[in-house]
Amino acid sequence: MTEKMNADKMWVTMGPQHPFSHGLWTLRVKVDGEIVVDAEPEVGYLHRGWEKECEQRTYAKIIPMADRLCYSASMTWSHLYCKAAEEALDIEVPERAQYMRVIADEICRIQSHLMWLAAVGTDLGNLTVFLWALREREFFLDLNVRLCGQRLTTNYPRIGGVRSDMPYYFERDCMRAVEHFEKTLWEIIGLTDESSIFVSRMKGIGYITRKDVANLGITGPAMRGCGVDYDVRRDDPYDAYDQLTFEVPVLKEGDTYSRYMVRIEELFQSCELIRQAMKKLESIPKTAPYRVKVPRCVPAGTTCAKIEDPRGESIMYLVSDGSERPYRLKVRSPVFVNVSASKNMVVGNRIADIPAIMAMIDMCLGETDR
Amino acid sequence: MDMSLYPHAVAMSADEFMTWSSAMINEMLSAGTKKTVDNLTGPIWAWAMRNSMHPLHFGLACCAIEMAAASAPKYDAERVGMIYRSSPRQTDVLLINGWISKKIRPDIRRLYEQIPGPKWVVAMGECAISGGPWYDSYNIVQGLDQIVPVDVYIPGCPIKPDAMIDGFMLLQKKIDAYFKRGVFMED
Amino acid sequence: MADNDIIEAPSYEDTISLLKAKFGDKLVFRTSTKKNNRAINQKRRIFLSTDRETIYPLCEYLHGKLNYEQATSVCGVDWVDHLQVVYHITNYFTAVMVEIEVDVPNDDPHIASVTPIWGGANWHERETYELFGIIFDGHPKLERLLTPQSYEFYPFRKSYKLRGQE
Repeated sequence: MTEKMNADKMWVTMGPQHPFSHGLWTLRVKVDGEIVVDAEPEVGYLHRGWEKECEQRTYAKIIPMADRLCYSASMTWSHLYCKAAEEALDIEVPERAQYMRVIADEICRIQSHLMWLAAVGTDLGNLTVFLWALREREFFLDLNVRLCGQRLTTNYPRIGGVRSDMPYYFERDCMRAVEHFEKTLWEIIGLTDESSIFVSRMKGIGYITRKDVANLGITGPAMRGCGVDYDVRRDDPYDAYDQLTFEVPVLKEGDTYSRYMVRIEELFQSCELIRQAMKKLESIPKTAPYRVKVPRCVPAGTTCAKIEDPRGESIMYLVSDGSERPYRLKVRSPVFVNVSASKNMVVGNRIADIPAIMAMIDMCLGETDR
Repeated sequence: MDMSLYPHAVAMSADEFMTWSSAMINEMLSAGTKKTVDNLTGPIWAWAMRNSMHPLHFGLACCAIEMAAASAPKYDAERVGMIYRSSPRQTDVLLINGWISKKIRPDIRRLYEQIPGPKWVVAMGECAISGGPWYDSYNIVQGLDQIVPVDVYIPGCPIKPDAMIDGFMLLQKKIDAYFKRGVFMED
Repeated sequence: MADNDIIEAPSYEDTISLLKAKFGDKLVFRTSTKKNNRAINQKRRIFLSTDRETIYPLCEYLHGKLNYEQATSVCGVDWVDHLQVVYHITNYFTAVMVEIEVDVPNDDPHIASVTPIWGGANWHERETYELFGIIFDGHPKLERLLTPQSYEFYPFRKSYKLRGQE
């Protein structure tokens, strides 16, 4: 008598309040024992109608709002918005401001990746990594404070340049932070990479094929860990990135471990970029302009600006109608698309692997829900 | 800085200590038995509860990053007794640190009701205090006190971790005042 | 057959000439007048507009033959007398981005969904549906995504006014 046991598959809600979810979202997974057979992400807990609110504010007032889109990497978002407004106005940003923006962006990238590393540490059970990564991050937040007064949502770029020039001794502080960080990053890697438990929790899970990655629109380090060689800073350069040489780490394996390694390597490349940009800044006179005056109203037309956010490729599509407020400002956030692809990444793995997989996407729900 | 909650950290001379301790003992023994027990145990409860505030692991938005930075080595929140707990049944403090959308509103109310009393609510950041920069949004609740009763408001956008620790020290005072009135015999 | 071979990295000129050859006058190309834009000067942007019957064959051609692998974004714009859907499609090998504008009338806001071609457009189309009310035919699950299920209005239309706006 073979009575088939009614082994129900059940839907488990990893709900909005859950220690694994970095940000406010729900992942409902259908589990068959331990293996996940279906997944359904649910977002929208942080939806504010950002794009509609932008239509009520003048162009200059949107810069601090753009900071709060993705709060971990706020410098890149306000940079992207200023880039969109400048392209709509068709003005060229002065060279000193371009280098300042590159340095600020890379500091933002390092600090965002360190926050990600701290979250990865907590998820995979290694709380020392949490403490060490946040300790290193404080040096870069101090650089932010020296530059513009705020740690997190910096409000530093302006339409037409940057808010202010480098404060005194900023090169010294920046170089100190970068050199110190390059040494301590090896200590942190000693905790993670050389720990076989940590590595075995990441290797071989969350696998996606290269074709799926391109089709599903996943961008950023998650894409570069699956073999797609594309980085907006190198292939579609903006500001001063075409004057700087750096490598883009690309790995072919497509699992969680390769996405992790890409981000660690990007930390080293960011340090290198800051060093080169500081050197190039020495040849630009200190009295060079860092900001140009821009008109209040933007001529009618459409613009699309692209940038490489720490989480992927972000786009702002601006429709202007000649007045002092935008007509439509659309934000394409990389995490929005990465989260929509979470079903492909999670199905087939164990439920205990879900924190590791989702941690490698580096979610920031503010930009997903807007 | 207000050191009234930490008398052990204040240096006193021998005479000052005699006056302070005898005044305390006189005050405690001057009433009836019930009151004396209350006066003796009230400070103990107060000390225990205020030095072990366990907030809920609930990060909403930008201020959550600063909340995480407050547990970091530079601003160590654990020295004031804060250990984050994942389940609401094991916490005392509900810490809301971001804007509240209409979708999360019933969940916040539910989390508040799941926390066993005595409980406190801390509103961190401008968005939790009054809706913040999203004053004209169709989807944002303009302030946490429309959903749950709030005890401490910490302003800032995003708040500095120092401000968060200062806010928790204010909450410590509030907890102290709540327990010192003696709840042991009075229920 | 050579006609079905996929071109891995079609250049800017090749893309435009192949699209013109295949679709003729259904596509209206626009050239940008901006002088200071590096991406436009270095020929990495193509702007075109088309009508809603051509959008699906155009996307199939872009994906199948010209290897434009990523649907970067799908968004809606509310010009008060009609709606508009704007697509951005990117090629990873040449970094060329194509911007396609499609007009959709107010009283019949239906358009073919490109989700069967690019999975990445799935959530973008869902979001455009819930914010503007544009219905994508052929989408696997066209439901509200960001706003609560109980909302019945389309917030981003110009007819919906925010608090403090008249």
